[in-house]
Amino acid sequence: MKPPRLNSQYIPLVATGVVLAVLYVTGGCLFPNFFSLRVLVNLFGGNAVLGVAAIGATFVILSGGIDLSVGAVIGFTSILIATLVEEHHVAPLLAISLALLLGTGFGAGMGALIQRFELPPFLVTLAGMFLARGLAFVVRPDNLGIHHPFYAEGINHSLALQLDSRVSWPFAATCFVALFLVALVLAHYTRLGRNIYALGGDETSARLMGLPVARTKIATYTIGGFCSALAGVVYTFTTQNGDPAACVGKELEAIAAVVIGGTLLSGGVGFVAGTGMGVLILGLIQTLITYQNLNSWWTVIVVGLLLLLFILLQNVVSALSGRLDNTARHG
Amino acid sequence: MRPERFQNRPVRWWSGLEWPVAGLALLLLFNLTFTPGFFHLELRNGHLYGSLVDIINRGSPVVILGLGMTLVIATGGVDLSVGAVMAIAGTVAAQLILRPGFSFPALILASLAVGTLAGCWNGFLVTWLRVQPLVATLVLMVGGRGIAQLLTNGQQIYFEDARLVFVGNGHLLGLPFPVLLSLALLGLTALLTRRTALGLFIESVGDNPRASEFAGVSTRTVKFVVYAFSGFCAGLAGLIDTSNIKSVDANKIGLTLELDAILAVVVGGTALTGGRFSLLGTVVGALFIRTLTTTMYAWNVKSDVAPVPKALAIIAVCLLQSPAFRRRLAAFRRASPS
Amino acid sequence: MASDASAPLLEIRGLTKSFPGVKALEGVDFTVRRGEVHALMGENGAGKSTLIKVLTGVYAPDGGTFRLGGAVIRPASTKEAEAVGISTVYQEVNLIPHLSVAENICLGRQPTRFGFVDWAGMTRRAVAALARVDLRIDVRRPLSSYSIAIQQLTALARALDVSARLLILDEPTSSLDAREVGELFQVLRKLRAEGLGIVMVTHFLDQVYAIADRITVLRDGRLVGEYETAKLPRMELVSRMVGRDWSAVAAAPRAVAGVGEPTGEVLLELRNFGRPGLVGPVDFSLRAGEVMGLAGLLGSGRTETARLIFGIERARTGEMRLGGRPIKVHSPRQAIREGLAFTSENRKLEGIIPHLSVRENIILALQAREGLLRPLPRARQLALADEFIQLLGISTPGPEQAVMNLSGGNQQKVLLARWLALQPRLLILDEPTRGIDVGAKAEIEKLVQSLRAKGLAILFISSELEEVVRGCRRVVVLRDRVQVGELTGPALTEEGILQTIAGASHAP
Repeated sequence: MKPPRLNSQYIPLVATGVVLAVLYVTGGCLFPNFFSLRVLVNLFGGNAVLGVAAIGATFVILSGGIDLSVGAVIGFTSILIATLVEEHHVAPLLAISLALLLGTGFGAGMGALIQRFELPPFLVTLAGMFLARGLAFVVRPDNLGIHHPFYAEGINHSLALQLDSRVSWPFAATCFVALFLVALVLAHYTRLGRNIYALGGDETSARLMGLPVARTKIATYTIGGFCSALAGVVYTFTTQNGDPAACVGKELEAIAAVVIGGTLLSGGVGFVAGTGMGVLILGLIQTLITYQNLNSWWTVIVVGLLLLLFILLQNVVSALSGRLDNTARHG
Repeated sequence: MRPERFQNRPVRWWSGLEWPVAGLALLLLFNLTFTPGFFHLELRNGHLYGSLVDIINRGSPVVILGLGMTLVIATGGVDLSVGAVMAIAGTVAAQLILRPGFSFPALILASLAVGTLAGCWNGFLVTWLRVQPLVATLVLMVGGRGIAQLLTNGQQIYFEDARLVFVGNGHLLGLPFPVLLSLALLGLTALLTRRTALGLFIESVGDNPRASEFAGVSTRTVKFVVYAFSGFCAGLAGLIDTSNIKSVDANKIGLTLELDAILAVVVGGTALTGGRFSLLGTVVGALFIRTLTTTMYAWNVKSDVAPVPKALAIIAVCLLQSPAFRRRLAAFRRASPS
Repeated sequence: MASDASAPLLEIRGLTKSFPGVKALEGVDFTVRRGEVHALMGENGAGKSTLIKVLTGVYAPDGGTFRLGGAVIRPASTKEAEAVGISTVYQEVNLIPHLSVAENICLGRQPTRFGFVDWAGMTRRAVAALARVDLRIDVRRPLSSYSIAIQQLTALARALDVSARLLILDEPTSSLDAREVGELFQVLRKLRAEGLGIVMVTHFLDQVYAIADRITVLRDGRLVGEYETAKLPRMELVSRMVGRDWSAVAAAPRAVAGVGEPTGEVLLELRNFGRPGLVGPVDFSLRAGEVMGLAGLLGSGRTETARLIFGIERARTGEMRLGGRPIKVHSPRQAIREGLAFTSENRKLEGIIPHLSVRENIILALQAREGLLRPLPRARQLALADEFIQLLGISTPGPEQAVMNLSGGNQQKVLLARWLALQPRLLILDEPTRGIDVGAKAEIEKLVQSLRAKGLAILFISSELEEVVRGCRRVVVLRDRVQVGELTGPALTEEGILQTIAGASHAP
């Protein structure tokens, strides 16, 4: 059998790849040391928090939902870990596990509310955002540096990979890449992953096909919660700090990365790999704007424009790949 | 939400207000009992001061955003961009006031027009390009603040102009000016929806878009108008907020206020799925949120923790409106007769 | 049926299912044998889809016994039904269009290796499953890139992939053209030879006679009978479906009272009018002061014709003239401006605005024509509402009652009022009497006649032939989406319509 033809679903993904390549090459042409290892490493390290969060958002959006609580959960997780480690002298690994467990349970709770009571995901996760942000300030109203040796030595040195004499690959980037690989497998090689696609594609059909719709929906938000919490953990790795006010609006960046990565916001179509590229695109835009000495607001404007571009592209694509004949059939 | 069975009263302005008003009353009652001085009002230099005045004054931007949001939500949509649009409109006002010779009325008109224009953009995406409202307004929500910063060149702008400062800080007839502005907007919105056919069309489009289309209602026009109006409201709210702090910081103005506005609408009894809407419900909803916040300040709860009760309020309102929840509740009651 | 030589595959006895206010199924028996295609027939509200949903575990039955291959079953979900061997293909292809054909066949039961989805294995399995329905396509492409016919066969392949014993096809052919139907039937014959029991719901008589071995007819939730296809003339099948005893129909004199000669000019003319794949061609004309009927079974193209005229769907072929002037209607708004009015058969989805009041529902179309900026004064609104509540005898506590709290008949009257308030030239009524009680039906029939007397042109669509014959001067008959006849004068009887629907050549 011949290999699958390029079908319309891949158009956004290809577009994402092209944008990524163009940005990277443009940077390389404009600035002498843009192709250096350091820039590349910073791209991954500096966007690890966003990357982890965006991967979680990918699953939620693929299922046809949305999660607005991402940034708040990051803030909550980071300050929880910092407080536990610094003030209550809990072993860092234990604190991290606890935070991950809480975040995962939090996602599951939101999923259960959405599924069991048929509430709009938008409002439930909005409430989740308020709740997590408020609780973060209950844990501790201001930020707190983490000086535990596990962080100072372990994360910074032992777990970082020394690439050459001056550049080291931070552990946060390792977390991002590892989660990315796990997510690829989860999305494409497990029944749960495929069920998430089916759920986002057509919930009624999924139900009639006998798929476990309720379980899948709750699982999706659980994955989202876990990823948000992990993003919070990664945040403590990169900043050595816990901050209840961290990452306000990170969910928007995450959603933007997902959409720019070619995932349909209405669900059912998309790629984890695309999200990975979307995150790098956002990172590259930021880097380029810094290199160009442009002001930081250009970042949001460019991201907004890209978002618009991809939404319009998606509109065209879904018009092309819609069911061939869906004229109403009546008696 | 409300059992309208066998009711034969016309839907009046107070219809459906029972729940939001009850919630607000409960909160005020709590304060009457436990918060000393909460109801204390004072006349200084002919201006009213006190916690209650503070609530309606500081609640004004959310009231104003909420009025526009009510109409958008009643058509079954949502507008996430209002916070960012506030920033743009505020920035325009602050920029123009520093230009010598620019007439003040023109300045006000310009910032309102910018807000309306932003709303038209959203309306264009939703109606002509058929982008889902959540996604369409996300674009401006993300990019809008960048545009505002571009206008100010990233600087915070401070101004002293008495006329502009008055918009957010002045008093008229003993009341803070923003309160009068939101009252005026409430009147204007009521007029716009109830003295033209707009209200009827909005409700019919939100309740049953197909049937409305078949009855000859132009769903496209209706939707476009509500997004434009929501943009106008955001412009006005942006003016007030900017004037209130006599400066503009494009990163801060109206941040997460879109969420408060949506919350006010939902608390006020307008369903997120669209249909019947209640302007007064939204006003009460906005005041409820503000009272909640003020109460917590009075109890020395840190402002940062304030979102927690807000979250609980959202979940409670959602559950009360959820048919699935009510079914379960009814089944539970039947199972345990007492 | 107890004397059957082969033990039945599926045996349902005394199936009962009711919903709040409706008895959807009452003591229905249903038997399917191995290796047969069994057609399940009936008009709207007969209970076909309820029966299927109970069979596939979507609804829980209130009473009755199910046996599959002799064993008692009681599926509580689609999955459980599949597990015992009952698979379903729905009318609207219920698959996930964005996923590949292979995934659609294997979703939920993908072959795995070490717990991970084995894509190569899945592709092989999908190819094998499609081979059973004689289809060879690239299974890695998304489902949506293929035609509806292929999607339908994919759904069939998925249904067969779970060692199905009983296959249920819910209107599998409604979106297929003749060649595609032929291909599907080829597959069904093969499956029948393999010993599968196949239940098919369809409205196309030709197809029933082409493939079904036996027929079960339901009407109003009750079993009418079970027949060998070969021994049931078409005419009799049709009359049993619509519930008119054939001999009684033949004997009854035609009620002509009240149906006078039209007084007005020709208002609507359709020439070769239609839209390929939907309906047509249709040719007829309608005068002012005339009631014309559109008759045919469910799915025959009655509603589609009405929707084309009203601009909900755009016509692609032929011509429509209104008052002698050729016109292309491209939206309901434009149709309304031209003096057309249309009440949909689907009152809930396309008619009422449920939470709004009787008054608001009545004035909506008029207000929409007046425009946004010219609101009808409150007094005028109330006067209009009161006028129509009186005129049509709408039973409501008052004009401010939310319309969703009214009975079906009264909702229908509200919708009529909405259109009459516009004083239209042409009124299209699609099943105006469906789901309303006998008294209200009579009132609506009477109303139609009085409107005709006032000079309105009315296109009357109904599946109740008695009503059509009583109220119309002429009747256009559609079958399988094509106009097959026009009856008038002495030929216009229920018998005549039934014969035309059944196809005159097959009439007894």
